[in-house]
Amino acid sequence: MSELLKNPQILREIIMDHYQYPHNHELTHSDEYLSVHMASESCIDDIHVEAKFDANKVVDVRFDGVACTIGTASTSIMTELMIGKTKEEARTIIAEYYKMIDGQAYDEELLEEAVAFQNVGKQANRIKCATIGWKGFEELLNESEKEHE
Amino acid sequence: MQDVNQIRKDFPMLNGKMMNGYPLVYLDNAATTFKPQSVIDAVVKYYTDETCNAHRGDYELSAMVSDAYEAGRQAIADLIHCESKEVIFTSGASGSLNLVAYGYGRKYLKEGDVILSTEAEHASNILPWFKVAEETGAVIEYIPLDEEGRLTVENFKKVLTDKVKVVTFASVTNVLGYIAPVKEICKLAHEVGAVVVVDGAQAVPHVAVNVKDEDIDFLAFSGHKMCGPTGVGVLYGKYELLEITDPFMLGGGSNARFDICGNILLKKPPFKFEAGTPAIEAVLGLHEAVKYLQKVGFDYIEKREKELRDYLVSKMQELDHIILYNANADTGIVTFNVKDVFAQDAASYLNTKGICVRSGTHCAKILVNVLETSETLRASLYFYNTFEECDALVEALKTTTVENCIGIFF
Repeated sequence: MSELLKNPQILREIIMDHYQYPHNHELTHSDEYLSVHMASESCIDDIHVEAKFDANKVVDVRFDGVACTIGTASTSIMTELMIGKTKEEARTIIAEYYKMIDGQAYDEELLEEAVAFQNVGKQANRIKCATIGWKGFEELLNESEKEHE
Repeated sequence: MQDVNQIRKDFPMLNGKMMNGYPLVYLDNAATTFKPQSVIDAVVKYYTDETCNAHRGDYELSAMVSDAYEAGRQAIADLIHCESKEVIFTSGASGSLNLVAYGYGRKYLKEGDVILSTEAEHASNILPWFKVAEETGAVIEYIPLDEEGRLTVENFKKVLTDKVKVVTFASVTNVLGYIAPVKEICKLAHEVGAVVVVDGAQAVPHVAVNVKDEDIDFLAFSGHKMCGPTGVGVLYGKYELLEITDPFMLGGGSNARFDICGNILLKKPPFKFEAGTPAIEAVLGLHEAVKYLQKVGFDYIEKREKELRDYLVSKMQELDHIILYNANADTGIVTFNVKDVFAQDAASYLNTKGICVRSGTHCAKILVNVLETSETLRASLYFYNTFEECDALVEALKTTTVENCIGIFF
């Protein structure tokens, strides 16, 4: 793992950057995409996540909506991590991310920039912010697999 | 003259509690309030020395508790200036408002009738009416708020027609803290034969309320927002209206007789509305809360909140990065944002400084159309807050930046 990702100052800047300039932050509203609306029950985070799959591959992930720094940045980083992965790889990364948020041992290599959220789990009221986009994408992943059954 | 330091000694939650290494600064009193020791003692005493059901059993202990329960009802009646038989104990303001909507609104409203409300209502006073409208064919119309978000008599007159059967609004709104002109609205509404339902959840704890003088038809409020326990609230209704209102629930304690053929003879109000064992200890605690507030005095409470509020607002106005949404409000509610900082991020940051404020839409989700922002921060003051606590908030706001809000995670 890059030494840079161990530096708190760099991690802060990663979150800041993804909050102010979120990646893949525009919806296509295309029929080729699956879409889910994620509205937090405990706060105002309210986002839409879109994903396009091709057989076993995650072709594209996008999002839009209103969310806090943690909600926006964690979803932005998630989209970057998922695009181009196989569904299986995507599921592994998601599982590692949840482990990290839950305070368990996790694979830093797989999570790349998402390690910036390693301490969010210590503030229980913000866990939903750090996972809202991830859970949205996970729902789309599940939906895509149902379609192929 | 009251001494705030003496007052604070009455509240265990105000006795030097720390949060994240800082003195706890509690500014979320619109959500719930702290309890004085006398209220806590009354609740504990019921469980320690007085446990039994009220209105049941032919033994002394039960009679004692029944009397204490009814004394609580009388205390509420004296507080809001009505008769004790016009006071129904509910689970809280939400329970009270739902009772009016379902027990009165659903029974008497018809297709084409109008329910007048505002866009500043708490979910508890608009969602039940959505449901009533859906079921009866009545329509909800909104009294336009003025540019500050206030409910004015002038705007009320513009939308009041003889089709209006129910007028329902908060006499103090939970987001903006304005006091509505209740008496004038009741007078005008009664002229067209409409019934006025007042959500008093943010009013009764903070200002003197007189249902007779203001001629209010129904008034709902919660115990826990006025130094009382959770789980208890009040619905006041004019007795002749309570007589024709259906109970929300049926069960033990609400009926006088029933037989196998399904004939039910309900008790008279308020008892027909209080099916099942009530939150007895909460009523006893609420009685103590009323006594406590009366001892402090509503003149003092109003004056103190205004002083704190004016001070906090003036300090916040000195900060360029604070956007205030209700600088001219009448009560202790201060609604604001920190420029370029999402409200929830700011609230999390303030928490690291020991400061409790609320972020979000504060259960008044349609108000965003008026404020033109998706969410805000809300600091809500009560008489036991201090100028030093206002200073702590202002100092913390000075360092509330996006960078620092992210910094709390490292």
